[in-house]
Amino acid sequence: MNASLISLEMSVIGLGLVLMLADLFVPPARRRFIAYAAIGALGFLLCASLSGNGSCSLAGTAFNGEFINDGLSLFFKRFFMVAAILVLFIAVEFSDRMVAAAEYYSLIVFALAGMLFAASSNDFAMLFVSIELITITFYVLVSFQRGKLASLEAGVKYLILGALSSAFMIFGIALIWGTTGELNFNRLAAVLAATPGLETSKTLLLGVLLVLVGLGFKIAAFPFQIWAPDVYQGAPTPTTAFLAVGSKAAGFVLLLRVLFTAVPGVAANGANLLIVISGVTILYGNLCALPQRNLKRLLGYSSISHAGYLLLGVAALNATGQAAILYYLAGYLFTVLAAFLVIALVLRQLETEDISGLAGLSQRSPLLAATMTISMVSLAGIPPLAGFFGKFLLLKAAVQAAQATGNHGYYCLVFTALAGVVISLYYYFGVIKAMYWSREAKDLSAIELSAPAMLTAWICIAGIFWIGLFPNTLLTLANAAVEALKI
Amino acid sequence: MPLLAALALVVVPRNYRVPIRAIAVLATLVSAVLAIKMFCQFVPGANSYQFEQQIPWVESLGISYHVGVDGLNVGLILMGAIVAFAAALCSFEIQSREKEFYILLLVMSGGILGAFASLDLFFFYFLHELALIPTFIMIGVWGRGEKKNYATFQITLYLSAGALIALIGLIALYLQSGANTFDIPKIIEHVRANPLSLKAQNFIFPLLLFGFGILVSLWPFHSWAPLGYGVAPSPTAMLHAGVLKKFGLYGLIRIALPMLPDAAQSWAHVIAWLCVGNILYLGWVAMRQKDLNLLIGNSSVAHMGFIFLGIASLNLIGISGAVLIMIAHGFLAALTFALSGYIYRQTGTLQISELGGLCRKLPFIGTALLMAAMAGCGLPGFANFAGEVTVFFGAWKAFPAITVLALWGALVIGGVYMTRAVRSVLHGPLPEKWNALTDAAHLWRKLPYALLLASLLVFGFWPRLLTEKINHDAEKVLPGYKLQLARASLPEDKLKAASIGDRQLAIENK
Repeated sequence: MNASLISLEMSVIGLGLVLMLADLFVPPARRRFIAYAAIGALGFLLCASLSGNGSCSLAGTAFNGEFINDGLSLFFKRFFMVAAILVLFIAVEFSDRMVAAAEYYSLIVFALAGMLFAASSNDFAMLFVSIELITITFYVLVSFQRGKLASLEAGVKYLILGALSSAFMIFGIALIWGTTGELNFNRLAAVLAATPGLETSKTLLLGVLLVLVGLGFKIAAFPFQIWAPDVYQGAPTPTTAFLAVGSKAAGFVLLLRVLFTAVPGVAANGANLLIVISGVTILYGNLCALPQRNLKRLLGYSSISHAGYLLLGVAALNATGQAAILYYLAGYLFTVLAAFLVIALVLRQLETEDISGLAGLSQRSPLLAATMTISMVSLAGIPPLAGFFGKFLLLKAAVQAAQATGNHGYYCLVFTALAGVVISLYYYFGVIKAMYWSREAKDLSAIELSAPAMLTAWICIAGIFWIGLFPNTLLTLANAAVEALKI
Repeated sequence: MPLLAALALVVVPRNYRVPIRAIAVLATLVSAVLAIKMFCQFVPGANSYQFEQQIPWVESLGISYHVGVDGLNVGLILMGAIVAFAAALCSFEIQSREKEFYILLLVMSGGILGAFASLDLFFFYFLHELALIPTFIMIGVWGRGEKKNYATFQITLYLSAGALIALIGLIALYLQSGANTFDIPKIIEHVRANPLSLKAQNFIFPLLLFGFGILVSLWPFHSWAPLGYGVAPSPTAMLHAGVLKKFGLYGLIRIALPMLPDAAQSWAHVIAWLCVGNILYLGWVAMRQKDLNLLIGNSSVAHMGFIFLGIASLNLIGISGAVLIMIAHGFLAALTFALSGYIYRQTGTLQISELGGLCRKLPFIGTALLMAAMAGCGLPGFANFAGEVTVFFGAWKAFPAITVLALWGALVIGGVYMTRAVRSVLHGPLPEKWNALTDAAHLWRKLPYALLLASLLVFGFWPRLLTEKINHDAEKVLPGYKLQLARASLPEDKLKAASIGDRQLAIENK
């Protein structure tokens, strides 16, 4: 057993425990520094994993093959750490609205640990445990504002539906184990390849389907998306941000591993199912976002539609599509976190989370207005920003799949995605319109920004532009990462 | 010469964020001068692209920043740079948030010129989108009139849909060609050597045709254009109607025709009939307009029909003519929108019924508008005439019936609405409330209008300046179309054209 492989995870869990203890010793006025300490520590770990040597980026498997460190897991681990750092920045700005802020920070760190384990799962048991670690911390994170009814309601909804989906997933895992006798992804694939007829066995298919139900819940794909808008709206803003980025990405890395490492044969037969789910998710998310006035709810629906675009890359069933997913997620990270940063900063004084709360933002704080605009434009997929190149890669993967397989469903999916993009322009531009040329602005006082908040905004802007303008580095990384999926 | 105007402008907006009008004007002036210099140094008939530059961008996908000019785009870049300069000069009408406006204006002009110069499929699309987004924002923020929000959303959704459809076509083309590069010359070479199957061509061509068609307001996808231009601030309308809109047509000529030659042949009829819709239907609509800007917008959409007709004819004369009109119409559209913008700022209205007799108070603007109207209905001496005549000669061979219809649209309908507009806006009694109007006061204010008019006249009298450059490269777009008629036929054209011009005058006089 090679325990040094999980040094990164152990450090993160240790950090979470230290943060909890620190709450006892740090006076309430200095709680902010707990968060900055956490950010610093995570930053250090991120640098350690980026440096490419040392145990954080060691390749190999541990715990009898349950835990794997490869290009894909490393890509996602870095991704999750960047996300957690930015979310902590948002959480600091949000902390004055919460009691026990230090607990909140440590919960974010624990959720991060769950995501890191998810990135490395190579076994259904590991998959289930890491998902539960993420989901259970999120139950608390979602309902953290105990005084707010909407937050509690969101927490209960998330709890009930999350528990239900976990139940489905564990049932599916049991069925898979029952038919094949294997839980490890690689050995499962070997068993499937060695035993003819097993891949089409109804019990196994049902098992895979039920596991997909559980993962579909995490990524908020149709028809398991019902919880998303309510929970996004009710949860504290940093939680929503982490949910939108981290939890979704964790769902995707597991989806990629299950579909392409564990049951590649089943995935190849399920192209049409994936196409339909992706198309319906895109349409559902975009159409439902149209009438929304609540910003967080709007982003909830928009996150559903983005899950649809990402599924397009899964449905393409080729390496281009998988690399495109990684690329898109990286762009999505900065874009969505930029949007939630602005929401957390601007709407914290207001009771409402209505789009009209943004009115006059271009005069109140040009930086925040610019951040929000760039974020919305990037979400809509317009050059030269991150969202455009990501969508370009996804569409390219789908067209490539269509030409390779001759399946016309892909063309239908591509046009559905286009329709979705055009629809989405309407509501994204509605947000921009509210900031720049809305007449409803009453309060035109300038918004004061703390230095870390400005730093976060600039990091997000730089990230969006970097990914959109210089795709070379990231694309090479993404291509290398998906190499790991090939057996 | 190190770099080109195109490249210069793509860089300039990024660096010059200083919110001073002078810098915007200077930047566009520099690019215009560079473009003129490039135009003069351009050697017609050379066999490769000139002023080429290539920087790899994403190696794994074969995307590189590759710019260069040949006969097809050299004139367009010149036109784009001059119009951008004129638009920057005309931007004095913007009174609020100037800084943002000039930044957007520069991004837009940089994107346009870059898109025209680009020889890489990806950047071709990328830079066009880059230019398109400022358009939406400018219309939304600085637009005028009550329908502003509606028009903004309409133009945004319409054009984005068009651009995305074209994007799918481009991606499909890239993958289908198998060349594994986004480099346009390389793909063309590859496709020449191993042509795509007819089925694939027939699938991709309509994507490009309708995607680009929406961008160019091909009938029946035109409804965004008149309204959008109606509410747009005039510098935006000048740049969009004048330059950016030509991108779709340029894309058809640069990409669709050489890469998908067989499909182009089978779709030519469809294009030809649709362009009759443009010419007749929109000419007809323009006749009934009560608002000067809507009239200009509709007539500009109608003019797109001639260009489509030239492309549909699929022969050298037709294509050359199409490129000529693209350039001429760029100057013309910019000129008319600049003039209507001036009138609007002076009077606060563009309702034709409320205006009248303006020539007395605004002699310079009035004369310019009169000349623009003449150019608009294709009077000899203006560049439009040279282009339209060339297109008709080209199209006559391919679609005689349609050409007759189009001629009708060009001469009679165009003449009717233009003379009507001129009569009711410039002549007749001057309503008392307009007594306080002032003409373009000094040289600086007159410059943009004069510059655009001069360009129209220069290329009207010496179309050879352009045609000798265009012809050579237009031929390359049409492999398999042996056409001996090229430059030699031009003098003859002029003779015949003169008689058409006389008829035109007769109509005017009525």
